[in-house]
Amino acid sequence: MAVLLDKNTRLIVQGLTGREGTFHAKQAATYGTTVVGGVTPGKGGTTHEGWPVFNSVHDAVAETGANATVIFVPPPFAADAVMEAADAGIALAVCITEGIPVVDMLKAMTFMEGKTTRLVGPNCPGVISAGKAKAGIIPGHICKEGRIGIVSKSGTLTYEAIHQLTRQGMGQTTCIGIGGDPLIGTTFIDALRLFAADPDTDAVIMIGEIGGTAEEEAGDFIKKEFKKPVVGFIAGQTAPPGRRMGHAGAIIAGGKGTAAEKMAALTKAGVHVVKSPADMGVKMKEVLGK
Amino acid sequence: MKIHEYQAKSVLERFGVPVPRGEVAFSATEAGEIARRLGGAIAVVKAQIHAGGRGKGGGVKLAKSADEAEQLAKQMIGMTLITHQTGPEGRKVARVLVEEGLQIERELYLSILIDRATACPVVIASAAGGMDIEEVAAKEPQKILREAINRGTGIIPFQARKLAFAMGLEGPAAQKLVKVLDAIYKAFIETDASMIEINPLILTKGGELLALDAKVSFDDNALYRHPDLRDLRDLSEEDPLEVEASKFSLNYIRLDGNIGCMVNGAGLAMATMDIIKLAGGEPANFLDVGGGANAEQIRNAFKILMSDKNVKAVFINIFGGILRCDVLAQGVIAAVKELGVPVPIVIRMEGTNVDEGKRMLKESGLNFATADSMGEGADKAVQLAGKS
Repeated sequence: MAVLLDKNTRLIVQGLTGREGTFHAKQAATYGTTVVGGVTPGKGGTTHEGWPVFNSVHDAVAETGANATVIFVPPPFAADAVMEAADAGIALAVCITEGIPVVDMLKAMTFMEGKTTRLVGPNCPGVISAGKAKAGIIPGHICKEGRIGIVSKSGTLTYEAIHQLTRQGMGQTTCIGIGGDPLIGTTFIDALRLFAADPDTDAVIMIGEIGGTAEEEAGDFIKKEFKKPVVGFIAGQTAPPGRRMGHAGAIIAGGKGTAAEKMAALTKAGVHVVKSPADMGVKMKEVLGK
Repeated sequence: MKIHEYQAKSVLERFGVPVPRGEVAFSATEAGEIARRLGGAIAVVKAQIHAGGRGKGGGVKLAKSADEAEQLAKQMIGMTLITHQTGPEGRKVARVLVEEGLQIERELYLSILIDRATACPVVIASAAGGMDIEEVAAKEPQKILREAINRGTGIIPFQARKLAFAMGLEGPAAQKLVKVLDAIYKAFIETDASMIEINPLILTKGGELLALDAKVSFDDNALYRHPDLRDLRDLSEEDPLEVEASKFSLNYIRLDGNIGCMVNGAGLAMATMDIIKLAGGEPANFLDVGGGANAEQIRNAFKILMSDKNVKAVFINIFGGILRCDVLAQGVIAAVKELGVPVPIVIRMEGTNVDEGKRMLKESGLNFATADSMGEGADKAVQLAGKS
């Protein structure tokens, strides 16, 4: 088993006809994902790279039975695309787009309240279930089927974790990039809940970064009810306060959101926190006693 | 994006937030003229820099006449102002705000920002205005009031009244706070602000509420739809190398160390800084070249890295996903050949087309040090920086 994506996933790509959308749709299909079509308003009725293109997510779902969407839509239109996906009742919407205005995301979050769609991202590398399916930009060839879950705010640091696990002979169930924006759909806690319920996930690597309090909240959750081992790393231990470190959400503001606070909170919750990003894989091996 | 106090006040005034009368001056003569126009017994001269703590650093002064205002402006313009937020190098003052002096009865604190956990705007208020709010929060957290705003309704009058009463405002002053909060919330949403902070919001002896100071920053991602606000950017307040990097869509932040870093992805870039520190070194910068960098961007990134004269070694840490290692190698080789990089370069790369990339580096005949893991790369870079 895996979480979020598997062999039953039927994926559409919002923004299929764009450069990024086309490239990653092909990558996903090559990886074995069932890609069933795309949405580009105004290009409905045409085909692109062999896939049917629809004017709306509603049409795409009605025609193809899609149950997941990956969004490669430029920032000014991305929140609109997220809301459209939610309105169509699609189960999973993965938004890769970086640079969506916060006010737009506020609207999207309001719109999605009470709807059934799970949003992952935005500003994230997406989701991959090793050997099964992917929605996003995580390179398939670095993943290996196995029993570790990964949840991370960062893209390339996720690749790093996957690589380190592989070097230690460990594979992954699902890797979830939750994104580095201040407002995101799926949180650390949401992802941990999914891994808790997945019998094939034995342990989790959690990668956080400076800014906000999501890591601390995850720590509380882990302490209370997450029973599987967690290895944690927090990026930005040397980041200066008041500076936005690339990701819109990665900022120490008003003395809050430091790596030190987060590492302390996670350690207190029983997470195996590593100081060095190079130690995630070895630590996991040590924890699992393999 | 940050803006100056006088710009923030003008933005807030547009939405109906009362502010003191005043104007910005770029010279002492202008400052004197403004003070003369304002009239009144007292004028306030305030240095305009993008950092707080100006009062303690000598950047806020009272003048009893227009001539004195002119004198004060003369001293301030051109001075280097050092506050707890500027760092030891301080900021050069290029403009001052000249305002009417007011009779202050009370000083309050108001700010609005997005609470990430609830994905809602939240108003933070305190009766302890005019002080460092972080200090108040640490020492007397009971003095900090928080009111979450429903995204659908915006701020509701009863919420504003609740805050007013909790801050000890009564009668007309409480009514005025309702209006001020409404205006601030509108400004927050309509300008795509990341934060609006008014500290202090004053109650004058005459019973008026005014924003005596104001800090506003905007969501960079939304500036495309606010060309008027984008024009308020003051490049002289930013590091020239950071400004240069932003032209090439490179995410660069200058730091104090001597190991230049070039990384793809913000998280990995932060982690690379961390691992350099763990290896006993100090990073010279944060640099994220992004997921889809091409050879030209790598070249520009190198140029910017090497413009920082403190850099004694370079650590390139790339995990190729979409960015292929052979493309990276090509860019690095071209940049080094063209720019003649005079310091040791350690390259660690992994991921897509890594073997091809490694082969290209080896065959280039250039003197690169390579590493198989980011730990090894950091160790090597620190060691080489110590030697050169």
